[in-house]
Amino acid sequence: MPLVNGGKIADDSFVKLAVDTPLPEDGDILVPAERFLGEADALLKRAGKIGVIWPNNRDIAELVPYLGKLATVALVFPSFRDGRAYSQARLLRERYGYRGDLRATGQVLRDQFVFMLRAGFESFEVKKQADAEAFMQTAKRYSVFYQPTGDGRITALHRRMQLRHSEGVGT
Amino acid sequence: MYAYDEIDRTLVNERVSEFRDQVQRRLSGELTEDEFKMLRLQNGVYLQLHAYMFRVAIPYGTLASNQLRQLAHVARKYDRGYGHFTTRQNIQFNWIKLSDLPDALADLAEVGIHAMQTSGNNMRNVTSDQWAGVAPGEIEDPRIWSELIRQHTTLHPEFSFLPRKFKIAITASDHDRAAIKVHDIGLRLIKNEKGETGFEVLVGGGLGRTPFIGKTIKHFVHGRDLLSYIEAILRVYNQYGRRDNIYKARIKILVHELGIEKFSREVEEEWQHIRNSSLQIDDEVIEDIRSRFIYPAYEKLPHMPDELRQAAADPDFEAWRKNSVAAHKNPGYSIVTISLKPIGAPPGDATAEQMDALADLADKYSFGEIRVGHEQNLALPHVAKRDLPALWKALDKLGLATPNVNLITDIIACPGLDYCSLANARSIPIAQELTRRFANHELANLIGRLHINISGCINACGHHHVGHIGILGVEKNGEEVYQITIGGRADESAALGNLIGPGVKFDEVADVIEDIVEAYLALRERPEELFVDTVKRLGVEPFKERVYATR
Repeated sequence: MPLVNGGKIADDSFVKLAVDTPLPEDGDILVPAERFLGEADALLKRAGKIGVIWPNNRDIAELVPYLGKLATVALVFPSFRDGRAYSQARLLRERYGYRGDLRATGQVLRDQFVFMLRAGFESFEVKKQADAEAFMQTAKRYSVFYQPTGDGRITALHRRMQLRHSEGVGT
Repeated sequence: MYAYDEIDRTLVNERVSEFRDQVQRRLSGELTEDEFKMLRLQNGVYLQLHAYMFRVAIPYGTLASNQLRQLAHVARKYDRGYGHFTTRQNIQFNWIKLSDLPDALADLAEVGIHAMQTSGNNMRNVTSDQWAGVAPGEIEDPRIWSELIRQHTTLHPEFSFLPRKFKIAITASDHDRAAIKVHDIGLRLIKNEKGETGFEVLVGGGLGRTPFIGKTIKHFVHGRDLLSYIEAILRVYNQYGRRDNIYKARIKILVHELGIEKFSREVEEEWQHIRNSSLQIDDEVIEDIRSRFIYPAYEKLPHMPDELRQAAADPDFEAWRKNSVAAHKNPGYSIVTISLKPIGAPPGDATAEQMDALADLADKYSFGEIRVGHEQNLALPHVAKRDLPALWKALDKLGLATPNVNLITDIIACPGLDYCSLANARSIPIAQELTRRFANHELANLIGRLHINISGCINACGHHHVGHIGILGVEKNGEEVYQITIGGRADESAALGNLIGPGVKFDEVADVIEDIVEAYLALRERPEELFVDTVKRLGVEPFKERVYATR
């Protein structure tokens, strides 16, 4: 499953650990939420980056005390029909000020990229190679956005206000 | 009507090109049907019994004449020459080819029409009063706010994959023509003591297999907070709405399971975090949207012109005028409802020729504007009273002057088993038979206002729960059986109907309805007591006795 990071297909430096996989000495690891919360102190002392895989039915606020120490948070789309992780992503970015990497995992398909980018995701475990290759093209598909989110894209309403004010100059 | 600016046009065009790419990937096999299903549903494309069905949005029921002409063009070029107006201010085309859909959408985009989110588990087309902006006594035009919501809900990055579909309706009149109490969110526009615009917010209404009347979650949300409050409701629903069972996934079930108090606390807490964010709307934003609504330049005209006085001698004209013409906020003008329920025809259908002709009539007599109501009828909202006789003649020629608005033959029905892959029973033939039984206009008038709603399955697209008489088709041992309820209503006093007795067979439905009506005529206190009021006064029993005594 190709990883898209920073808009390009990239190597994944993280190794995913199951609940009972022995902890490797070093290297970057992605740990399930349950295990992370249970062993947080030990895990955070280790060499190598650490990320957590957070299920979409668990309150994301539980992760807040650790956000500054995490290299990545991986949110889960068990099916592309299940949109809970969009809310979790926006909360992490916009309410809890998380600035690290935010990764979309699970059934991640081309037609969700724009929504995910707008919700604050930066990296993507894409299901299909062709979708991963089409990432940049797909991300540019829209130039108009009606809703304000934390991604900083200017909304239609604000663009209209700017137009009104610039037209107002000199009248 | 609302005129798209460059920003709106760009977005719709970008959506068309995205969908074109999605269809291409489906046709090439790159997308599986399962993957494509969600994508096509996000754009109003269902797979029905015989073909793809294409549902196009008519936001808050407002259409310009050039838009109606383009709908006629789509009906003619890509379908079988007609369209079907639905109960949620959409139009459906039933025979469209998948490979034609991108072109049909591109044609519609030229006139600012789209099909975004007319199906799928997202925020659906925002609906409103079809008399918005012209009804006497309206507080203010709710379409300004509807348009604000339309934009905000279009391709929403957080709420496009909700547990289930989500419908918002809005009204600004005492008499609720938008059925806000049976919507996921219902908004009633009101003013506070300072004269500022805000909304009573209702949540958790809906029909389907578990019907609920919406409950008030907040008595007053200031206009500037409308989007943040809606967003708070959606965020709670997106996270906690059930996803394990499609039949329990609507917000009404969440509200019911949590209770309105707990649910509203959750929403309140969420709202406090986001109400002072960039979701807050200032007056200038509202003014900007308002400035792109085009209002007619009304003339000062007499409320009783000579033309109308003379035409009053014609009883056919008078029958139509009394039935289909309503008061306008400007006394020289009227609102004209156009019945799409001719005797013996499927409710809500219009041919391409009728649509074109109506567009011409709208240009000539209604400042180029047409409205679509949830009762599956159309309206011309700004007709000068002096023009009523000429308009009536023209409508009559088109078969569009049936004087049965709000009467027993003005039936709301879903497409049923004739088209729909979900249906268990036929709806349209029942409606057709009923219109024939009550074809006599004097009889229908004698009966008075009576809404019959027919659904061909428990999903309740025909809103049978809130029909004065509701007819629900189900399947029992391989046979169509119809359950009949009475006493429902969808307006400001919304209520669910009660079952009158055991289900009846297809052939017996019209007889039973005749018996119910006869019982009503015998039981009503005076001719002005409406059917639904008699049911309210007496309950189901006396009707049941009379209907089932001989069965």
